[in-house]
Amino acid sequence: MKRLTLRTAALRLLLAAGLPVLLATVWWFASAGSTDVYWPPLSTILETGREVWTAERIAADVVPSVTRLLLGYTGAAVLGVALGIVIGSFPRVRATTEPVLEFLRAVPPPVLVPVIMLFAGIGDTMKIVVIVSGCVWPVLLNTVEGVRAIDSVLSDTARSYGIEGRARLGHLVLRSASPQIFAGLRQALSIGVILMVISEMFAASNGLGFAVVQFQRSFAIPGMWSGILLLGLLGVLLALVFQTVERRALAWYHGLRRSRRAS
Amino acid sequence: MTRTAVKTGTPGGARRPGPGNALLGLAGLGGFLALVEALPRLGLVSPDYLPPTSTIAAALAREVSDVAFWTALGDTLTGWALGLLIATVAGIAAGVLITVVPYLREATASTVEFLRPIPSVALIPLAVLLFGTDLRSTLLLVVYAAFWQVLVQVLYGVQDLDPVAEETARSYGLGTWARIRHVLWPTALPYVMTGVRLAAAVALVLAITAELIIGTPGLGSRIAVAQTSHAVPDMYALVAVTGLIGVLINLGARAVERRSLAWHQSVRGEVTP
Repeated sequence: MKRLTLRTAALRLLLAAGLPVLLATVWWFASAGSTDVYWPPLSTILETGREVWTAERIAADVVPSVTRLLLGYTGAAVLGVALGIVIGSFPRVRATTEPVLEFLRAVPPPVLVPVIMLFAGIGDTMKIVVIVSGCVWPVLLNTVEGVRAIDSVLSDTARSYGIEGRARLGHLVLRSASPQIFAGLRQALSIGVILMVISEMFAASNGLGFAVVQFQRSFAIPGMWSGILLLGLLGVLLALVFQTVERRALAWYHGLRRSRRAS
Repeated sequence: MTRTAVKTGTPGGARRPGPGNALLGLAGLGGFLALVEALPRLGLVSPDYLPPTSTIAAALAREVSDVAFWTALGDTLTGWALGLLIATVAGIAAGVLITVVPYLREATASTVEFLRPIPSVALIPLAVLLFGTDLRSTLLLVVYAAFWQVLVQVLYGVQDLDPVAEETARSYGLGTWARIRHVLWPTALPYVMTGVRLAAAVALVLAITAELIIGTPGLGSRIAVAQTSHAVPDMYALVAVTGLIGVLINLGARAVERRSLAWHQSVRGEVTP
C-alpha cells in the first residue's frame, strides 16, 4: 500500500466530492428561476423541506415508517435464516420445497399488498407482514445456498472433533453461510424500503409514503420533492448502516478474499 | 476459480437436478396446492380470504379466456422489456465510458453510491405528475431501478480486468476501441449477464408496482381492479400469473446467460463435471 500523503488525500476528497457538489450546483442554478410548477427551484424545495419536516412531522411520519421497516426486516431476517438453515441442511427437504420457493420468490412483492390486506386489514400489522413476506425470500434462498455450499472438509473436520449442536451451528454453519446470507440481506433491504413506501401509498394514515402521495395529490409540489429527497436520503442512510455492519461481520471474509487475490 | 460476481449471491448456472429430485419437487408443488385447497375447506382460513386452489384455478381459466387479460399481459411485458432494454444499453454504455475515461471512475463513485440506494418508488409521485397513467410512468420506474443493477455489475466486471492481457493488447498496438472489444468486453461479459439477470427480475417488480399503484395499464392494475371489486379468486389467479412470469423470466435469463457464456469457465465446468 502506498502511504496516504496529504496531497493524495486531498485529491481523493476532490474526486469524491467534486461531482456531487457540481451536480447539486447545476441543479441549484438551472432551477433557480424556474416557474415550471413541476420543477420548482431547488432553493424553494429545501426551504419547504425545512418548514414541512418539523420534529413533530418526523415523529408522526418518518418514525412509524422506519419502525415498521425495521420490525419487518428483522422478522424476515430471523425467519429466513432459521428456515434456510433447516432447508439447506437436508437435501431432500430442499429438493421438495425448491420449486415452491422459487415460485414464491418470483412473485413481485408489491402484489402481496392487496392479498395481505385481506387478512390483516390496513393497520400496522399489514405493513409489517407485507415487509416480512417480501424480504424473507432472498434471505431464505441465499441461506439455503450458503448452507449447501459448506466446505465438506470443514464439515467433516468439525464432525470428527465432536463439534455438534449449537457449537456447530455458530462456528461452522452460520459462519460459512454468512457471506451468502449478507448478500440476501442486502437484496432484502432494498425490497423492504420499496414495500415500506408501497404499503403506505396503498392505505395508510401516516408514514413517508403516505406523506409524499398526499403532497402530490394536493399539488404541493415543493413538499413532494422534499419528500422524495427525504426518501432518497433514508435509502442512502440505510445502505450506509448496512455496509458498516457487513464490513464488521464479514471482515474475516473480505480479508480472505484479498489475500487469495493477491497470491 | 469462477469469475462470476460473488457479491450478487444467487448462482448463475442452473443446477441439473436428478430425476429423484424432480419428483420430490413435483411432490412439493402438489403438496403446496393441496394445502391451499385444504386450508379453506377445513375452515382453518376463511374462503373469503384464501379461496381453495380449485376456485383459483377456475378464476384463472376465466381470466385466460378474457381478451382483456391478454392485453394487460402484453402491456406489462412491453413495459418490462422496453425498460430493461433501455436500462441495459444505458448501463453498459455508462459503465464502459466511466472506466475508459481516466479519473471518471473515482469521480463518479460517490455519486453512484448515493443515487443507487434511492428507492425508485420514491419517483412514483413525480411519474404521476409528469406522465399520468402513461407507459412512460412505468418506464421511468423500471429504467431507474434496473439501470443501477447493470451499471454496478459492469463496474465490478471491468475491475476484474487482467492487467497482463491489457498490457499485452497495448504492446500489440491495439487501439482503445479494439481493447474494449477484445479485452474489456469478454472480461466484463459474465458480470454484465449477471447484472441483466438481476435487472430483469427488478424490472418486473417495478413494472407491476407502477401498474398497481399508479394505474398504468397492465396486470398490476388488473389486480388493483380485482381487489377493489372484491373478486378475491381472480386476484389470487392474477398474483399467481405474475409469479409464473417471474419464474419464466428467471429461467429465461439463466438460459441466455449460459448460452452467451458457453465459452466461459464457469459454464464449461458445469457441463462436463
